[in-house]
Amino acid sequence: MSAIFPKWTNRLPLMIICGLLLTGSAVIAGVWYYFTPEYTRAGYQPVQPVAFSHNIHAGQLGMDCRYCHTGVEKSWFSNIPASSTCMNCHNQVLKDDPKLALVRESAASGKPIPWVQIHRVPDFVYFNHSVHVNRGVSCVECHGRIDQMDEVYHAKSFSMSFCLECHRNPAAKLRPLEKITDLGWKQPSVEAQHAFGTQALEHWKVESLQNCSACHR
Amino acid sequence: MRYFLLIFVVGVLAVTGIAGRRGAHSRNTPLQIFADMKRQSKLRPQTPNAFFASGVSSQLPVPGTIAHLPGLQVGDQVIPPYQDAPVLTGLETGSTNYVQNNPLPVTAVLLKRGQERFNIYCAPCHGQTGEGNGITKKIGAMGVVANLHDKRIVELPDGEIYHTITYGKNLMGPYGPNVPVPDRWAIVAYLRTLQLSQLGLVQDVPQPLQGALKK
Repeated sequence: MSAIFPKWTNRLPLMIICGLLLTGSAVIAGVWYYFTPEYTRAGYQPVQPVAFSHNIHAGQLGMDCRYCHTGVEKSWFSNIPASSTCMNCHNQVLKDDPKLALVRESAASGKPIPWVQIHRVPDFVYFNHSVHVNRGVSCVECHGRIDQMDEVYHAKSFSMSFCLECHRNPAAKLRPLEKITDLGWKQPSVEAQHAFGTQALEHWKVESLQNCSACHR
Repeated sequence: MRYFLLIFVVGVLAVTGIAGRRGAHSRNTPLQIFADMKRQSKLRPQTPNAFFASGVSSQLPVPGTIAHLPGLQVGDQVIPPYQDAPVLTGLETGSTNYVQNNPLPVTAVLLKRGQERFNIYCAPCHGQTGEGNGITKKIGAMGVVANLHDKRIVELPDGEIYHTITYGKNLMGPYGPNVPVPDRWAIVAYLRTLQLSQLGLVQDVPQPLQGALKK
């Protein structure tokens, strides 16, 4: 009697199981690695209408972030400066440079420069800039070393776990208010950071907010 | 099995090859894998918006609009934002004469605030000491920057300096839109401190501290 199934079919169930396991693991690994803002958002570096360099302005020239982003201490929203703010210097500095043509045009006409927003949390997240910068959380914690970027890119992930990392332990990040915009500044040691952080936590009444409605409304 | 493994490896290489790695710089708009309600049609500041003729979400107030702000606390008085008061205009009430002295009480807190604001908004051109040697001058980008220790500026009434900060002067742009009223007076107060640091006499130092000064 000849066999209906050839001999190799004995191994078939094993092969199917192995194949499914391999495929399943690959899919899970792919979702874990790619379906997160660490992949989708981090590294976003759009082409801006004017080639403004934060590296030159905030880094080399040493201008304070707040010279332009004036609303950051008062508002939930950190504003893009009006073109007239650029013209405070650029009415004299590089005043005929073609790279700045759009800025001059915007300042004259009042038509805004179409900057591309890079850092943006979901619309149901109510992040407030003022409450963070007035309580010792530096710009650098979320935006990275903007003062070293010629073209700004999305340096951190802005995932919920990214926010929670600090919200669970704010003492590790709090710094003196006069160092808020000093992006390269660090406490000399981990112990010093811990000492200052715990003291500031108490002094400024910083809460380690982890309830949903702290951010989601 | 061999074919399956081949396809599997090619598939993995293709996905990683096309998708790249986390954090790689990209010009593409971030993917929205789960839309949820991450982008809502509500108005957000400084974004394009087709509803208004100007096409922007942040609308300018109608000319002549009076700010609905809480009044400014000066001593025990509260000055509403529309009042013709020296603290808002830098002028004596009902006249065009500059007010001589800072209308805000000059305290250590005000000076500290003034120092911080001066270093943010004024120092890029005028320098941290006010000598007109800020970074724009140092890199040779600006021709004329006022030395704030000039006799002419030292003798200006406080109100005129406030006025210059608010509306600008010659090549200096207006800082009124960027620096709120109390901060402008704080800067004026701090500037007076800077000037005094150059003009002060030994006799101005309290008697017990004079000995500690280096000659």
